[in-house]
Amino acid sequence: MTVAIDRATGKRRGDRAPRPGLGQRVKNGLQKYWYAYAMIAPVVIVLGVLVGYPLARGFYLTLTDANSLNSARTIGVNHIDATYEFIGLDNYQDILFGPTAYDRFWSHFLWTVFWTAACVALHYALGLGLALMLHQKLRGRTVYRLLLVLPWAVPTFVTVFSWRIMLADSGALNQLLGALHLPQPAWLEDTFWQRFAAIMVNTWCGVPFMMLSLLGGLQSIDSTLYEAAEMDGASAWQRFRHVTLPGLRAVSSTVVLLGVIWTFNQFVIIFLLFGKNSAPDAQILVTWAYQLGFGQQPRDFAQSAAYGVLLLSILTVFTSFYFRWLKRNDQLAV
Amino acid sequence: MSTTTLDTTKTAPAPAAVPVRRTRRRGERGPLGTALLHGGLALASLIALAPVAWLCYLSLGPDKDDYLHPGGIAGKLTFSNYSFVLQHTGFLDWFKSTLIVALGTTVIGVLVAATTGYAVSRMRFPGYKQLMWVLLLTQAFPIAILIVPMYEIFSELGLIDTYWALIAINCSTAVPYSAWLLKGYFDTIPFEIDEAGRVDGLSPFGTFFRLILPLARPGLAVAAFYTFITAVGEVAFATTFLLDDSKYTFAVGLQTFVSEHDAQWNYMAATAVLIAIPVTVFFYLVQKNLVTGLTAGGTKG
Repeated sequence: MTVAIDRATGKRRGDRAPRPGLGQRVKNGLQKYWYAYAMIAPVVIVLGVLVGYPLARGFYLTLTDANSLNSARTIGVNHIDATYEFIGLDNYQDILFGPTAYDRFWSHFLWTVFWTAACVALHYALGLGLALMLHQKLRGRTVYRLLLVLPWAVPTFVTVFSWRIMLADSGALNQLLGALHLPQPAWLEDTFWQRFAAIMVNTWCGVPFMMLSLLGGLQSIDSTLYEAAEMDGASAWQRFRHVTLPGLRAVSSTVVLLGVIWTFNQFVIIFLLFGKNSAPDAQILVTWAYQLGFGQQPRDFAQSAAYGVLLLSILTVFTSFYFRWLKRNDQLAV
Repeated sequence: MSTTTLDTTKTAPAPAAVPVRRTRRRGERGPLGTALLHGGLALASLIALAPVAWLCYLSLGPDKDDYLHPGGIAGKLTFSNYSFVLQHTGFLDWFKSTLIVALGTTVIGVLVAATTGYAVSRMRFPGYKQLMWVLLLTQAFPIAILIVPMYEIFSELGLIDTYWALIAINCSTAVPYSAWLLKGYFDTIPFEIDEAGRVDGLSPFGTFFRLILPLARPGLAVAAFYTFITAVGEVAFATTFLLDDSKYTFAVGLQTFVSEHDAQWNYMAATAVLIAIPVTVFFYLVQKNLVTGLTAGGTKG
């Protein structure tokens, strides 16, 4: 019995419909595939043109010394052709191991990793806490939910400016802290507090999504499981540990992955919170790459693109390990 | 912020901690638990609401430095910022640009993505795994990787400072995203409907257009809405690629109030409120579906 079930799930993993053998598949399925390929064609074409081609081109740029002084450009009526040259892997060599590699890449890398880990942990912990509270039978639950979703509903670029006003030197937050006789940090000037503020604002922006997703997950857990656990004398903590958390696993693994990806690439908050050309130490890799490519003169296109390639590689490696880890855990659990 | 978590952990074990003999139904709490729950949720709501409420409040103060002494605003509330923004700034131009870019992205994105969402929901074909992987991976694309080559390509094509450039760029994220969302929605439509269609002699295209698409209208609406919102909120490319201030989208226009030399916080606040209110209202109308769509698409991938 168990063996049969194992085999069935094993076969379906990653490819849910049971498939016949290869020869038969090609013979029987050709017309079915024809439909499938016709249907995915629009997306494949759009992605090829809008993502694939620029990506290939961007990768080529990283192998050159392109910047805004030697790229093709038009000044008035004169068109100047590109004069940048192929320099191989020098950009990567310079970014990763060059003389100032630590100041430019590695320090930002460490901060980005810390930023991602801290933000996602806070998102998840606060989101789960609020979801658990909202899941209780409670008067005014809908009102609370609507209010708590607000940070997600308002466009990020709007709320970041609101935070900027509140965090300003004698803004609302410092006035409040002053009234309570607490120290008033220079949120937008001091590196430590800049980082603190960035994490705080991002947490504020990201919790609602986690909260709603986890609330959806909570609502989908079968309530009889809780009754059974209670019958067996499980305490509230044990019920949370052994019923709630496993029940949330599917949702959790998705939202954590999305959270990591989004936070790692979070551009808007840091870019707008500190304005242009300030807070060099609070820049994460994404905003730093943008800074290199568009925030300075001359614009260093090649290095900026190289940062982009590095970022994508980091995320790709992370995602594949994450999936492998999930899969292994699933096997253990099933 | 951290207080809210503390409250949560406290409230959960609270009912069990009190040893009571009488039978208490599940979900029932003592009064302390209820108070803590309300306290925690109220505090969290307050934190969620505060920045936005503050913005609304500041938008009513007539002077750009009013945020420094907010107490004074209450005595001189006025809508003058709003009338100034509407009459003397590029607000209406920005509104038009935002609408063009966001609607363009939405229409193209959802149209293109719909068939793919259906195909990956119903069919297994060689390359399926790779396609799903690509769809997921494009979510992970940092803007840094495309912005430089796109800038180069668009300057060569003479498309810098046009809406087309932005629509195309937004589509590069919106298309895989919509496809992913729609797959999740199509998965919830029973496969029996497809089978019934086949039995009646419809081709896969016929099944899709005549049976599934009409049923999937709510899913399409969610994908469309999400794409729209994402396109409205796009900052990096809009900031870089739009040069003419009459073509700015809201995300760029809002930044113009806060330059390095001068910060007109009062106009900024009024503009922000004008932008936020309609978006927020729309958002509330569909928010429940948004999460279902998102996580359904994700968990079943």
